[in-house]
Amino acid sequence: MKHVLAVLVENKSGVLTRVAGLFSRRGFNIENITVGETTSPGISRMTITVEGDEMVVEQVMKQLHKLVNVIKVSNLSHEPAVMRELMLIKVRAEAQTRSDIQQIVETFRGKVVDVSLDSMIIEVTGNDEKLEAIKLLLQHYGIRELARTGKLALLRGSKVTREA
Amino acid sequence: MVIAALEQEQVDLVFGYPGGAVLTLYDELYRSGLKHILVRHEQGAVHAADGYARVSGKTGVVIATSGPGATNLVTGIATAYMDSVPLVLLTGQVATPLIGTDSFQEADITGITLPITKHNYLIKDIKELPDTLSEAFYIASSGRPGPVLVDIPKDIFEMEGRFDYKLKQDIPGYKPTVEGHGGQINRAVKAIREAKRPVIFAGGGVIISGAAAELQELAERCRIPVTLSLMALGAYPGDSPLFLGMPGMHGAVCANYALSEADLIIATGVRFDDRVTGKLESFAREAKIIHIDIDPAEIGKNVAIDIPIVGDVKRVLQGILKKVQPGDTGAWLKRIDEWREECFTCAEEQPENDVLTTPYVIREIDRLTAPDTIIATDVGQHQMWTAQHYCFRLPRTFISSGGLGTMGYGFPAALGAKLASPGSTVFCIAGDGSFQMNIQELATAVTHNIDVKVAIINNGYLGMVRQWQELFYGGRYAYSSLQGNPDFVKVAEAYGAKGLRASTPGELRKAIELALATKGPVIIDCQVVAEENVYPMVAPNRPINEIIMGSERK
Repeated sequence: MKHVLAVLVENKSGVLTRVAGLFSRRGFNIENITVGETTSPGISRMTITVEGDEMVVEQVMKQLHKLVNVIKVSNLSHEPAVMRELMLIKVRAEAQTRSDIQQIVETFRGKVVDVSLDSMIIEVTGNDEKLEAIKLLLQHYGIRELARTGKLALLRGSKVTREA
Repeated sequence: MVIAALEQEQVDLVFGYPGGAVLTLYDELYRSGLKHILVRHEQGAVHAADGYARVSGKTGVVIATSGPGATNLVTGIATAYMDSVPLVLLTGQVATPLIGTDSFQEADITGITLPITKHNYLIKDIKELPDTLSEAFYIASSGRPGPVLVDIPKDIFEMEGRFDYKLKQDIPGYKPTVEGHGGQINRAVKAIREAKRPVIFAGGGVIISGAAAELQELAERCRIPVTLSLMALGAYPGDSPLFLGMPGMHGAVCANYALSEADLIIATGVRFDDRVTGKLESFAREAKIIHIDIDPAEIGKNVAIDIPIVGDVKRVLQGILKKVQPGDTGAWLKRIDEWREECFTCAEEQPENDVLTTPYVIREIDRLTAPDTIIATDVGQHQMWTAQHYCFRLPRTFISSGGLGTMGYGFPAALGAKLASPGSTVFCIAGDGSFQMNIQELATAVTHNIDVKVAIINNGYLGMVRQWQELFYGGRYAYSSLQGNPDFVKVAEAYGAKGLRASTPGELRKAIELALATKGPVIIDCQVVAEENVYPMVAPNRPINEIIMGSERK
């Protein structure tokens, strides 16, 4: 099962290495990881997607918590949460396929952000299934390059993941 | 500034080795009059500081220079990390403008030690220095202790700054849980009262938190037998009738049987190492397990736990003792006594033919030394035999590398142990292989006149390797023979220490008596029979009640 963890860390040099190193050395699998600033100065938020059963994830969370620079670890998978990821896709697009592609993009509420004679860049946001679905469709036209941000997540409602 | 911080932390002794990047620090150290032990290899410094910390309970401090000085610390840091020993390691680094340019004697020691330190720091600004040093000491010694490394560039040592030192730091991501959860303590109390076949399984955490008295009270008040992991030997008197011995691969038969058939295991300050549990699926299948540990990540890591209690072992045991009532363990203790008879029949006592066996050497040392003697060991057969045959009665009297299993640990650790407790006799029981891994520290012992006795168990082999080769690799002794060993008596004399040799029980007795009567370091070369095996033994990844006894061999 996939678990999405929100990890609040002190924004100090080496903290990403500490987190990444922990995963490799304990044999945990990171599916993806994103890092960004929060509203509190000096504190960053990591969103980490890990694959594993309950015991593995509990161990991951405890080990993360042991790192001195980690302030809080919460598992968002057991609670209602909004999860989003942004993907940029450079797809092969000649004059005759361009409008087909545009239609697909509209259906998925994506955006065309760049066009050249034989390619387009498409920006699309959503959850796993949606991104996989559009990727599958566009593969038909030929994906030349693809970049993803990794997952971001926030709890639904007024509940928050905060330090202490 | 660093020296002022050490004074604030009441450090009375540092171990180290100077070099380019720490010249300024050494100059200040020299002028401060703080006691410094010059070792002959940086690895010796960490092990010595580690031995000092394990005996005193204080934080050991090490200084090494950048590059190779720092990398030579690595084995010692990993050793301390595995056994939760509080150390602060101060390493020099090349000057800040040179970092990242592969300059002379540069190594990314914070990167290298990331997985083997509790935390580490690279100082980039003199302003960070005081807070970082106090954080380092606080983190190293609190919660589950461990080594903390502070890497300080050469130019930072040369700067001046404001020294505003706070003894304890408030660190947002570091808040160890000390008090156990009340509800969980109540559940534990209930489980203890209801148990018919309980066993206390205690580990190094009991010694670290100073909970030996609480452990003893719990065992005696509730009549519960006690087994101690290697790291905990001494936390419960080895000659008490409730003591089962050490469990696991080379554990006592009754300890392994008791764990296997228990209906309740009270695990305190242990981490269920594979050398103890054997095959995990068959470990303690009938038992409910209470696990008390200050490190939440240890709970449920290897073994599923029924009653987890996160907290300092001493505090949690005090909480339990307030409410606990003894269950009915009479029949269980009787059963254990039957197993115990078996244990004792397998302990060979007087060797035949006037030769020395290792268990005999260890028992003789036990007979001739006081109960507060500190024993340090290296790693291998002699370590297991020491655990089995020496009767440890007091906490912090057994110093050994348990988790990492570092050969070469014992002798430098013994030096640190003696400096921590000058009034105690310190005996290092070493292997002929292990001793040669830090033999250079004889110079440290002699120049500082550190009164340590060393019994080298000399069987001419890497004994444990040879034993595994005999049992599991068809008797092919691939490179485990130590042919070409030096004459250890002459080596001792060359360094200016006293060297003695013993190859019969009579010679051994005389040698130990002479060593104890001599001031200063003494080496006894104990020439024991070459091909002896440590029994009982459980083969790796087998259930711990599948025990191979010595008599069954071949």
